Amino acid sequence: MEIARHWRLKKQRYGLVGEVCPHCEAKIFPPRDICPSCGQEARDLYQFSGRGEVYSYTTIYQAPSGFDETAPYTVALVKLDEGPIITAQLTDLEDDKVEIGMPVEMVTRKLRTDGDERGLLVYGYKFRPFQNIPQKNEALPH
Amino acid sequence: MATTNPKSSPTLLQPINPVGIVGYGAYVPRYRLPAREVARIWTGGKGSTPIKEKAVPGLDEDVITMSIEAARNALLRSQIDPCDIRAVWVGSESHPYAVKPTSTVVAESIGAVPNTQAADWEFACKAGTEAIVAAVGFVGSGMAKYALAIGMDTAQGKPGNALEYTAGAGGAAFLLGPAGESLAIINASYSYVTDTPDFWRRPEAKYPEHGERFTGEPAYFHHITEAGQALMQSMNTKPQDYKYAVFHQPNTKFPQRVAKMLGFEFEQIEPGLLVSVIGNTYAGAALIGLSAILDIAKPGDRILMVSFGSGAGSDAFDILVTEAVSDRQNRALKTKDYIARRTEIDYATYVRYRGKLASK
Repeated sequence: MEIARHWRLKKQRYGLVGEVCPHCEAKIFPPRDICPSCGQEARDLYQFSGRGEVYSYTTIYQAPSGFDETAPYTVALVKLDEGPIITAQLTDLEDDKVEIGMPVEMVTRKLRTDGDERGLLVYGYKFRPFQNIPQKNEALPH
Repeated sequence: MATTNPKSSPTLLQPINPVGIVGYGAYVPRYRLPAREVARIWTGGKGSTPIKEKAVPGLDEDVITMSIEAARNALLRSQIDPCDIRAVWVGSESHPYAVKPTSTVVAESIGAVPNTQAADWEFACKAGTEAIVAAVGFVGSGMAKYALAIGMDTAQGKPGNALEYTAGAGGAAFLLGPAGESLAIINASYSYVTDTPDFWRRPEAKYPEHGERFTGEPAYFHHITEAGQALMQSMNTKPQDYKYAVFHQPNTKFPQRVAKMLGFEFEQIEPGLLVSVIGNTYAGAALIGLSAILDIAKPGDRILMVSFGSGAGSDAFDILVTEAVSDRQNRALKTKDYIARRTEIDYATYVRYRGKLASK
């Protein structure tokens, strides 16, 4: 049981909330105290768009404990539009062959159960093939 | 914005300040179990099936994750700051926890915490419309600027039972706010409730029980017709005044028959009649029909929605679409986009996805 850790990580896990460095404007994920780009203090929260592309990927058949219920599954390094590369599962893949460079978008899904069927359900980000949702500030067709 | 409220009636539910839908969003998981697959396993493929196919959630989906995506679509359409939401209410009969709210995870995920109400609603298939009625009250009283009401389900069907053909997954989220900002104004609602034991599930039971034919006349048809007629009588409207109507849709026959009983034509219910391709989405069923209608509605269209929840009751709504609808329809995936996103699975995969295999 890792309740405290799940609780501490909820914002970054549920909504891909990272940081933006107030000094060099680098976008940071996961959030941390010191900006990895300029080495200065970084604490301003930043909501990532959730858009990115597959940088690399692999399929897991022998899953670690806690993830065996959903095996086989595909894990990718996802390069976010804002810069950082993060590790995440891909989901909703059935008809889509995964390719390097494939555009993906963040969804919040059930990651695993912490412990047995009595344990906490752990939710967090995964990525699926981009579904072509118009972005907030794009001109919208009438 | 002016509403079309007629003389007030003691039975109608109408807020002091006019309220409407400022954003809405649907969600349907991508997996589909054809009814013929259920028939193949349990009846040797013989006999008729009540629908074509139903939506099945993936292994990493539940009412929490599905509500989050529908809520994000509602936010995309409204473009409000989630910090202004004062209530996140999720109606379902498939909350992932018996004790621990679905709504707090949803509120946290969309950035609505901590200055908000959060609660889970339960009234079989009308838990979602219950939340909408309450949200109208919350906003209409002036207590909140915005309130989010969601109806979402991953319905349970006992293997081999008639419900297994139809027990689907999906739903929709509705962000209620001031009528002046709304894409559709809720002119009024009316609720009709009695103690009618047509369908239930005890706390430790995995699958529900139902009263077979008792689920029809004294339950579904009685409550929907009473609620629909009372609303139209109080609003002084006729079926012809509504461009669209949507009723709770547990199968394809019931909503078509109740529409006819109330005097509606098939053309009025067709756009919201989704049960044949996604199944009965329980607390999401009437609401996802409404989201499909709002996807195509034009300013000035009037919509009648009547939900039904076993146990039993109906909420009826008189809804008027405004000019704002046209801009907002395309800001998020539409209901039909989710329905078109389809991966067919067989019964064995369905059994795995729905946790029907006992390994210990």
